[in-house]
Amino acid sequence: MSQTPFYSLRGISKAFPGVKALDEVQLDLYPGEVMALIGENGAGKSTLVKTMTGIYQPDSGELKLAGESIHLATPDAARKLGITAIHQETVLFDELSVTENIFTGHHLTRGPLKMLDWRAMRSQCVKILADIEAQIDPDILLKHLSIGQRHMVAIARALSFDAKVVILDEPTAALSIYETQELYKIVEKLKSAGCAIMFISHKFDEVFAIADRYTVFRDGCFVDQGKIIDITQAQLVTMMVGRTVDQVYPKENIPLGSNVLKVANFSHPTEFNDLSFELRAGEILGFYGLVGAGRTELMQAIYGVSKITQGSIEVEGVSVIIHSPADAIKAGIVYVPEERQSQGVVLDLPIDQNITLPQLSKINKNGLLNQHSEYALADEYASRLRVKAPNWHEPVGNLSGGNQQKVVIAKWLATQPKVIILDEPTKGIDISSKAAVHSFMSELVKQGLAVIMVSSELPEVMGMSDRIIVMSEGLQVCEFNRADFNAEKIVSAASGGLNEKTIH
Amino acid sequence: MKKLFTSREALLCILILVMTLSVGAIADDFLSIGNLLSIYNDTSILIILALGQMLVIITRCIDLSVAANLALTGMVIAMINSSYPDFPVPLLVLFGALLGLCMGMINGLLVWKLGIPAIVVTLGTMSIYRGVIFLLSDGSWVNAHEMSKVFMQIPRSTFIGVALLSWASIITVAVFYYFTRYARTGREIYAAGNSPTAAFYTGIDVGRSQFIAFSLSGLLAGLCGYLWVSRYAVAYVDVAAGFELQVISACVIGGISIMGGIGTVAGCVLGALFLGVINNALPVIGVSPFWQMAISGGVIVLAVIASSRAEQKSGRIILKNAVLAPSK
Repeated sequence: MSQTPFYSLRGISKAFPGVKALDEVQLDLYPGEVMALIGENGAGKSTLVKTMTGIYQPDSGELKLAGESIHLATPDAARKLGITAIHQETVLFDELSVTENIFTGHHLTRGPLKMLDWRAMRSQCVKILADIEAQIDPDILLKHLSIGQRHMVAIARALSFDAKVVILDEPTAALSIYETQELYKIVEKLKSAGCAIMFISHKFDEVFAIADRYTVFRDGCFVDQGKIIDITQAQLVTMMVGRTVDQVYPKENIPLGSNVLKVANFSHPTEFNDLSFELRAGEILGFYGLVGAGRTELMQAIYGVSKITQGSIEVEGVSVIIHSPADAIKAGIVYVPEERQSQGVVLDLPIDQNITLPQLSKINKNGLLNQHSEYALADEYASRLRVKAPNWHEPVGNLSGGNQQKVVIAKWLATQPKVIILDEPTKGIDISSKAAVHSFMSELVKQGLAVIMVSSELPEVMGMSDRIIVMSEGLQVCEFNRADFNAEKIVSAASGGLNEKTIH
Repeated sequence: MKKLFTSREALLCILILVMTLSVGAIADDFLSIGNLLSIYNDTSILIILALGQMLVIITRCIDLSVAANLALTGMVIAMINSSYPDFPVPLLVLFGALLGLCMGMINGLLVWKLGIPAIVVTLGTMSIYRGVIFLLSDGSWVNAHEMSKVFMQIPRSTFIGVALLSWASIITVAVFYYFTRYARTGREIYAAGNSPTAAFYTGIDVGRSQFIAFSLSGLLAGLCGYLWVSRYAVAYVDVAAGFELQVISACVIGGISIMGGIGTVAGCVLGALFLGVINNALPVIGVSPFWQMAISGGVIVLAVIASSRAEQKSGRIILKNAVLAPSK
């Protein structure tokens, strides 16, 4: 264990229009050690990774590698210095083979013409894949791989460099238990080879299992750093959120009404198979699982975005056929998507027009736009959700993430739905907006709505749901009632630890 | 090698064979070696230009200026040749290629450095290049009797029974096969078109890849400027007018995805040959030129439908047995 850092950052700041993502942060990576970077969503971790790998240029501050000040103008410059990262969203090429994905940017060549040496690349690829015990055909196109397999390819790619600094940005979010164990072995190998490793994770058991040191960020600021043996999980959590942990969720006990939604035997060729569940008025049903477990895909199928091979939907006991989102809205099912900016709102349109968009024909009976009744409707719902904006003519693109989300929810509430599906409703929004969304969920169910919430944040799912369905690799693995919620069991079910379908 | 013939290429091969054989059944001469070679020779310029266009389309751009580039280079070369008949033709060809390269580089720089959409840039340069021909020539023609013998003879002379024009396209195909498979720059063009974000993360300059694609497309257009003018023995303002659309059609029929990132040399060549065979076969069996256009148009629409169906997203792969049993 060395006492001088290999890669260190001092006073790094980075601002984007409207947000200060990093404010004078510092960080040290030591050779042969794993440093865990801890922080909530929006703490600036991903921005830091991009700054450390030459994707973003810091506004101020200094990067030092082995004692020397460096400037990373491009991702290529970082790679040449031996800095490599596995990013949270895998950035790879769908239409290229696994081998080529691993070697793009640093192809192996031979001869004076620098002819690409596919045979050498393929055999190295086979070797790396065997090293990480990933059973992936090196010749297959990437688009045919599952999300977990893509992550393994991303890891193989990082290992194909002569890396001295390895950054892993939430590498286990989409991996099964087995694959996670393999990843731990790889990290140990890298450590003994003297690499400096940075590890970003939300899961504290992982942090304590493999990290030697920690650094905590909060809202773009550096909070603390130290050795992992000198700290407890509770202390870390307190530093991370800046308050004590026993966060109170505004969950209220509401007597459940009659069945509103019945989904039976929902199946898709590649995304999910044989899912069935029921939902009652006043109920919040949580869907938990790893990233890429098929939850969003299931919700999109229920909402009519994608086609199913078999399955049926009943709303209030009446069978409905849903071929498109328009059918779903008519049946009283609405969907608040995870990708808010691309799927949830029209950024260039003002707040009022966003809210009235799904029911233009309903409000404007005679075929001419009636701006007054449109504005009145938008005003009613935007006020109810307490959207913060100078007025309702403001383009949605100018609002913060939390307020954009409120606009999406307002839009759907204005259609007076029976079932509202919230897909990662608090992803990427600040803490106060989160609380607002949560208390609003409670209000919705009090009015007799049925809510489905897809979330990857366990405290949120456990805090808000009456029932949780856990999905893993496209299958419904088990179901928990609120009285039986158990964090450990839920997580292990989601990671593939439980194979049979069980009801607790 | 096994990927050389994916289903699209195989289908095109069969279509071309069926067309050739069925026309041959009506007109005996059609299947003679001499006629087949002449069909290939007729299609050579289309093949060369389609290969350049393919690279541009793979980087998610389009080059509408190829035909104008060809016409301008052709005119410049023809004018030099008629004024200085003793200027060595090989040097003249080289000059033409360089001139085309410069015009391609102008397109590429505008797309790369100014970030203007390629369709707008090349729509503009297309008109500019045509306009320059008029300025240079004052609208007058350079006719066969004004060109030197060597100038006109080179593409027609044969080597092992095959015209040099055909050899030019054969060599271009070989070079492109190597470039798209064994050259780092070539593979980077595919990566940049497939996912610009991922390409940037891996240190590939997407704009530079687009610039290279435009430059090569321009270089080939310049080369074809000479080939076209010497073959048809005439240069005027409207040489090859609208030919860029045939070039793009050949790419689309050959399975080059307009969305970028996908396309093979084999597909591209077959797409061009397909159009070449149609253009040559239909007159033989007495179909009017108007029908020829409608038929090529119909084929293009069918090709686009076929590729959009092939590219249609079948969903993410989440279920473990999804790859093995896709239709469960």
